[in-house]
Amino acid sequence: MKRPTISPPLAAVLLAMALFLLSGFLPNGFGGNLDVATAQAINIVRLSVFLGIIAAGQTLVVISGGEGIDLSTGAVVTLTAILTYTIVSGKNEQVLPALLAVLVVGGLIGLLNGAGVAFLTISPLVMTLGMAGVVSGLILVITQGNVSGAVAPIMTQLIARPVLWGIPGAILIWAVFAAFMWLLLERTTFGKNLFAIGTNRTTARLSGINVTGMIIATYALSGMLAGLGGFLVVGNTGVVHIRIGEPFLFPSIAAVAVGGTLLTGGKGSYFGTMAGALVLTLITSLLTTMQMQESVRRMVLGATLLAMIAIYGRQRGFRQ
Amino acid sequence: MKQTRWQQATYRHPYLFALLLLVIAFTANALLQPNLLEPTTLNSNMRVFLPLILVTIGQAIVMIGGGIDISVGSIVSVVNALLATQIGLSGDLSTAGVMMGVALFVGMGAGALNGLLIAYVRLQPIITTFATSFIYAGLALFILPNPGGGAPSRLTAFYRETIILWLPLAFYIIALLLFIWAIMRRTRYGRYLYAVGGKAEAAYETGAPVRAVQFSTYVISGLMAALGGIAMTLLTGSGNAQVGDPLTLSSITAAVIGGTPLSGGAGGITGPIIGAVILGLIRNIISFAGVATWWQTFVNAAIIVLALAMPGIIRLVRRRRG
Repeated sequence: MKRPTISPPLAAVLLAMALFLLSGFLPNGFGGNLDVATAQAINIVRLSVFLGIIAAGQTLVVISGGEGIDLSTGAVVTLTAILTYTIVSGKNEQVLPALLAVLVVGGLIGLLNGAGVAFLTISPLVMTLGMAGVVSGLILVITQGNVSGAVAPIMTQLIARPVLWGIPGAILIWAVFAAFMWLLLERTTFGKNLFAIGTNRTTARLSGINVTGMIIATYALSGMLAGLGGFLVVGNTGVVHIRIGEPFLFPSIAAVAVGGTLLTGGKGSYFGTMAGALVLTLITSLLTTMQMQESVRRMVLGATLLAMIAIYGRQRGFRQ
Repeated sequence: MKQTRWQQATYRHPYLFALLLLVIAFTANALLQPNLLEPTTLNSNMRVFLPLILVTIGQAIVMIGGGIDISVGSIVSVVNALLATQIGLSGDLSTAGVMMGVALFVGMGAGALNGLLIAYVRLQPIITTFATSFIYAGLALFILPNPGGGAPSRLTAFYRETIILWLPLAFYIIALLLFIWAIMRRTRYGRYLYAVGGKAEAAYETGAPVRAVQFSTYVISGLMAALGGIAMTLLTGSGNAQVGDPLTLSSITAAVIGGTPLSGGAGGITGPIIGAVILGLIRNIISFAGVATWWQTFVNAAIIVLALAMPGIIRLVRRRRG
């Protein structure tokens, strides 16, 4: 049997485009109107930014191997979104301190995850799951059920509104961010070491890589990126609620998997994750536009996810 | 590397640490709630713990086989939705019996789909069961869009109030399952299960039916989730399409606290059962200790993380001393 040679990120992008074109034929789709189509395409990309950035940390953790996964992402996004909201409370000059605060808080939570995984050899799934519980508890303690604050006008301006040639700021932020992620993964020692520890921890250690340090740094980075995600999410929605980050958790893992990053570690790219985020956002919004029931929507989402991972997520057989 | 006696003991009896935690949690709970050992109190606790215990057993077997099942909570929801709508508050016992049988088949069918995709289509367990969990959760919502329906009170009373010889019904169910497990693990299937979970390639080369064994663990997990769903329905006496959601992650936590490593090939079901009881006891302790409402989630999670971290901390301390 010949294996398909098309690369996962490309496949995901092609799938996204095909789905988008198909969506034009829906009763309330864009039809033949090019302007409406462009506007819709831009909107879909804009909505993908948040999942895309939140899934960036997930990508790093998954690449680092050792069954790496970060289940605290959703809770961290919620916590940092709430923090941003309260610290900024409508003032432009508070935006930078808020950004700094969420990066530090996210980073600290990630640091604890990494320490648990590296020093106490707790399985990442369980460690980050436990941490998600702790962070959710922390959110309840801090907010006691109500959050007061506001986002600053400058955040809405930069994130939600068009900035340049009708392109929303969020997309520009994502483009710059993607360039940094590419540099980090492909052009730095950190990136090289990350793939090395993901492929084989023992050989990585023997070739002089500080594996423990790398693991802790990766989880800390994942926490920071989730923090950045929380900041951007609240900048986009303008309001915050106590479950704002939850819907991003499992899609962030799905985006990584759909983008062709091996869940066993050592192989993957951020471009794949970006494509995965695009596909998932597109499917979700398609199902919403088609006004399907919540139940049918979930089933279709699950089936699509299965179909996508079945195309290139298959593991090696024994008889090879 | 020479193993210490503690390492040897925990290797031979993976539930040793869980047992220690159980003693601590039980003592703490008994101090706060002096009537804990009275049959009625014991029963009111065990009937609440049972759904999670049942689901955790299935999860543990999947984990021993080297996989993980994220869809168990959704299967519980499907079964709950099915029973609540098909039996109803005024349903008769024969319909209830038939529907429970159907529910078991639905659970096994859902597990078989997971197993098929993972063992034969060779997809990764975590993302596959995550995807199917959407399908099952959607199905549950489809059957029961809004909370409602239920089970007749005669049936729920049987589940809630049966106490035989001072011991609640849950004890007998657990004892029966432990007995079945003790036999199962001594059969050829039991040995295959550990071999496949330990190292699938090696098991394949020695002629173990790796794919069939992997497939079977998910079917068992689906069956246990269905049993958990039946217990949940009889416990609550009502239908809610999201009732199973919290069970997924709790079952993984309980299995791990019970000494089942996620890497597979080790552990058993005694530890996970103890783990599930510990999770329930922690919740009890927090509510009886009068922790302020807003702090409860945090304290609960912090204790769980501490429990998960404890084996690692013990190892670090021992290594530093040795």
